Amino acid sequence: MHYYRAHVLVCAGSVCVTSGCRAVKEAILEGITRHQLEEEIKVVETGCMGFCELGPLVVVYPEGVMYCRVKVEDAAVIVNEHLLKGRIVKHLLYQDPNTRKTVTLMKDLPFLSKQTKVAMRNAGLINPEDIEEYIAGEGYLALAKVLSSMSPEEVIIEMKKSGLRGRGGAGFLTGLKWEFTAKARGTQKYVVCNGDEGVPGVFMDRSILEGDPHSVIEAMAIAGYAVGADQGYIYVRAEYPLAVEKLRHAINQACEFGLLGENILGTGFNFEVNIRVGAGAFVCGEETALLASIEGRRGEPRPRPPFPANEGLWGKPTLINNVETLSSVPPIILKGGAWYASMGTEKSKGTKVFALTGKVNNTGLIEVPMGIPLKEIIFDIGGGILNNKKLKAVLAGGPVGGFIPAEHLNVSMDYESLAALGTLIGSGSLTVIDEDTCVVDLVKFFVEFCHEESCGKCTPCRIGTKRMLEILERITRGEGKDGDIEALEVLCDYIKNTALCGLGQSAPNPVLSMLRYFRPELEAHVRDKHCPASVCAFLFDSPCQNTAEGGVR
Amino acid sequence: MPMVTLTIDGKEVQVEQGTTVLEAAKKVNINIPTLCYLKDINVVGACRICVVEVKGARTLQAACVTPAAENMVVLTNTPAVRASRRMTLELILSNHPFECPTCVRNKNCELQSLAEAFGIREVRYSGANPVHVMDDSSVSIIRDPDKCILCRRCASVCEKVQTVSAIGPQGRGFDTVIAPGVDMVLAESNCVNCGQCVLVCPTGAIYERDQTEEVWAALADPQKHVVVQTAPSVRVAIGEMFGMEPGSVATGQMVAAIRKLGFDKVFDTDFAADLTIMEEGSELLERINNGGILPQITSCSPGWVKFIEHFYPTLLPHVSTCKSPQQMFGALAKTFYAEKAGVDPADIFSVSIMPCTAKKFEAQRPEMNASGYQDVDVALTTRELGRMLKQAGIDFNELPEENYDDPLGVSTGAAVIFGATGGVMEAALRTVYEIVTGNTLASVDFVDVRGMEGVKEATVKVGDLDVKVAVAHGLGNARKLLDALQAGEANYHFIEIMCCPGGCIGGGGQPIPTNYEIRQKRIDGIYTADEAMVLRKSHENPAIQQLYKEYLEKPLGHKSHQLLHTKYTSRGQSNQL
Repeated sequence: MHYYRAHVLVCAGSVCVTSGCRAVKEAILEGITRHQLEEEIKVVETGCMGFCELGPLVVVYPEGVMYCRVKVEDAAVIVNEHLLKGRIVKHLLYQDPNTRKTVTLMKDLPFLSKQTKVAMRNAGLINPEDIEEYIAGEGYLALAKVLSSMSPEEVIIEMKKSGLRGRGGAGFLTGLKWEFTAKARGTQKYVVCNGDEGVPGVFMDRSILEGDPHSVIEAMAIAGYAVGADQGYIYVRAEYPLAVEKLRHAINQACEFGLLGENILGTGFNFEVNIRVGAGAFVCGEETALLASIEGRRGEPRPRPPFPANEGLWGKPTLINNVETLSSVPPIILKGGAWYASMGTEKSKGTKVFALTGKVNNTGLIEVPMGIPLKEIIFDIGGGILNNKKLKAVLAGGPVGGFIPAEHLNVSMDYESLAALGTLIGSGSLTVIDEDTCVVDLVKFFVEFCHEESCGKCTPCRIGTKRMLEILERITRGEGKDGDIEALEVLCDYIKNTALCGLGQSAPNPVLSMLRYFRPELEAHVRDKHCPASVCAFLFDSPCQNTAEGGVR
Repeated sequence: MPMVTLTIDGKEVQVEQGTTVLEAAKKVNINIPTLCYLKDINVVGACRICVVEVKGARTLQAACVTPAAENMVVLTNTPAVRASRRMTLELILSNHPFECPTCVRNKNCELQSLAEAFGIREVRYSGANPVHVMDDSSVSIIRDPDKCILCRRCASVCEKVQTVSAIGPQGRGFDTVIAPGVDMVLAESNCVNCGQCVLVCPTGAIYERDQTEEVWAALADPQKHVVVQTAPSVRVAIGEMFGMEPGSVATGQMVAAIRKLGFDKVFDTDFAADLTIMEEGSELLERINNGGILPQITSCSPGWVKFIEHFYPTLLPHVSTCKSPQQMFGALAKTFYAEKAGVDPADIFSVSIMPCTAKKFEAQRPEMNASGYQDVDVALTTRELGRMLKQAGIDFNELPEENYDDPLGVSTGAAVIFGATGGVMEAALRTVYEIVTGNTLASVDFVDVRGMEGVKEATVKVGDLDVKVAVAHGLGNARKLLDALQAGEANYHFIEIMCCPGGCIGGGGQPIPTNYEIRQKRIDGIYTADEAMVLRKSHENPAIQQLYKEYLEKPLGHKSHQLLHTKYTSRGQSNQL
């Protein structure tokens, strides 16, 4: 084995690719060649490191020095200074916007403080295209463990012990889902990985698929063993071409290594994984719609029961878990369910990945123990509100979620506490909004999203969301009238109680949350024809009334 | 089957496991309203009008898709349930044109009936309505997507019953539209024009092309000699348009009523059905005796013919070359009859009254001009005839019965059973048996080929030969036989296929509603009519015998080939007229 003096990790997550990391990598390689350092320094393309806003990111090990927003012309500097002479390139280091202090080492980033990586343990650290790097970090050890020393029942017991809940949004106990599928009658069963991540601004699944595809593949094989399936499908949206590419490569490698296919590790267990690329409809994240889509039918939810555990893909028992859920499985098997359950709260165990976006200094993907106070996420990890503005609320759950107003900033981030506030963990979207954000306008945006993404099958979602949107559009145009708020309330209640699928039932959530926490702001729009945040263009005199000191009109 | 016990509105009820709450509620005399539900065909829970409260459930549950469960407690009439159903109706209405008085389904519309029952007097929500282009490309069926409530019944019938899948949901969300394909029209599709979609549409979103004005114009034209033929199954359905029980045999009143409209001659398609048996029976015998392609498959049903042209073109040589009775009649009306009556065929306007929307397409097929003119000028559906009679103010129920005109009005019981599944087969067997053996049948009833079972088989001893026959109705069932045929597993001599479930009595042009029970009653009416006939075998029809003697000479003769036989078109997925 060849030992290198230094490793240069170049983040090649989708965002960094977009901001030009490939050219940076080429430039670094060119510099290395120029100085004949090929034998001493290895350049590795990794998956997403999580701080997408700072990309392209380059981290130099063994020190772990992180360079941000690296441009092609910076590559030569990094090679000449750091790699050749051992001098850190100060102007490329991260600078905390609040304290103005520079951070040299990646591990010292405030963004990484209070994070615990389980699902995202490998993303950004290993080369996703090299199965050996995954194996080196205990990869496929969990699969070997279950195949060699655990019965399917024991695997399910361990999963139940972990308390892991589905990370796709519904939060159903994963171990229980495995048990239902295992107990379902039928010889042919399937394991399906739901990679149809569709909430705007949320991309942890993409990040895992791109940065650590083997963790998902390994988990699917473990699940297959536990429920008695020999066939797996990964459903990925077509908007994630990089994820598809990495997965394809990873599946081929796993097959070559005998970790997929027939007689895995000589245990007689067979498991095969296929990729299905979806056309990117939000509703295909709903499990019955996803199954329809895999079968080649129109991606629409159907009523449950029958649940997929009993009648799923082509009518056969099917286990469906999302990417983040699956990638947490191997560590649970290796370290035990009790270890995972030691993190989090009584009913919400383990860690959860959130996509932190909006008016916060550090945006990106974070993985934290369940039950962490929201305040720590926003201020310790997120570095506080952008431009020192006042926090207005955090919207959790994206277009089907609800607000956590500033007064509830200490809320424990777990399924139950968020439900009590009328919102949800969902797929892990956290959007920070400040005083300049108009809640009505934002809610209108989310309702528009749900309306656009409605499959059109049931009346409440198809027509109900349209009418809801039309009322909000009128209100933000200054054409709100008496009774509009009540009409919205009735409609929300109806859609929530009557829609066919979970997505339809959740579509009114942002409106209901607005009615609960920001009713005066909505009333100001309807009654006073005034937008307090000066966002709705028809409803204020001058855009500077809020931005300029003193409220000049 | 294990049973479950549940409580509905305080009443305990025991049902088989797997029964839906909707079906279970019927057992305690509660009819939960439905719009999208179509038993066994469209069970999708889409419209949400049937919601009920189920104790312990987080949301309201759609009764049509919720299986009854042990100890389930269901409430079907609570403030929450009523409010939800009202809102569903209001939302659908907010997205529906208010054109009831000018709608083809006025007073026979499920949405209208529900709005009436719920006493909807205002619609609280209003806003954009999707604007779609009306599709009048098809000669048979018109689509008006603006009136569509997206219940999906039409698409389900097309896919599951007929296995044609000509129409389905296109687009997404609020813009969803049921259509043949993105930017495609019906005439370009593989739609076979069966009209089963029309029968199940709860509103007026898909309906027959109305050609009554063309007929009124011909009737008012003194130059025109207007003749009409009525298909076997119309007589057992037309009464429903005037409040009669389904299956009432109203032949006499119908003839009288049509005559009152001013037709010069009222003839019977049954005459041509008897003729079809002579030709098709002879064709079968010829195929059997001369090593022709077997099995022979019937060709009376134009939806079925277009189906095989689209989906199994390689099997077309199996299809009898006989024209359908409508087209045999059409060819004779402007030749044999014109000669006999001394009328210039150019002046004859030939109308047919059919249970069928596909007959409109068939009448316009370019090859259907053996007389030198378009053989049948207009094919009306039973529903269109009903509307004409209502417009004319004819008191249908009280009319004294009248008889068809001679000679194209003389027929046998074998012809009337053409209207039900198995009927063509039975009629053929009655004749083939007697012609081959020279013996008289002890009983003319071949009950094995009757009834609503999807695929029926029978073996009939005709002389030395065991004649193996099969009957299918509904194209999904037809497909089963054709697949078996392709796989070499169908060793039949003769197959009867009718496009529509139940046969023509369940045709796409019949009165709405047409459902399983009504189909059954109309079938009963057909056999009642058969039994009432003096003559029950086609070859005994004296008018047919006369026709051969005077004009055609013999079955499969030169004139027959010219006038009564046809050829087929191999079609791809898109239509080619």
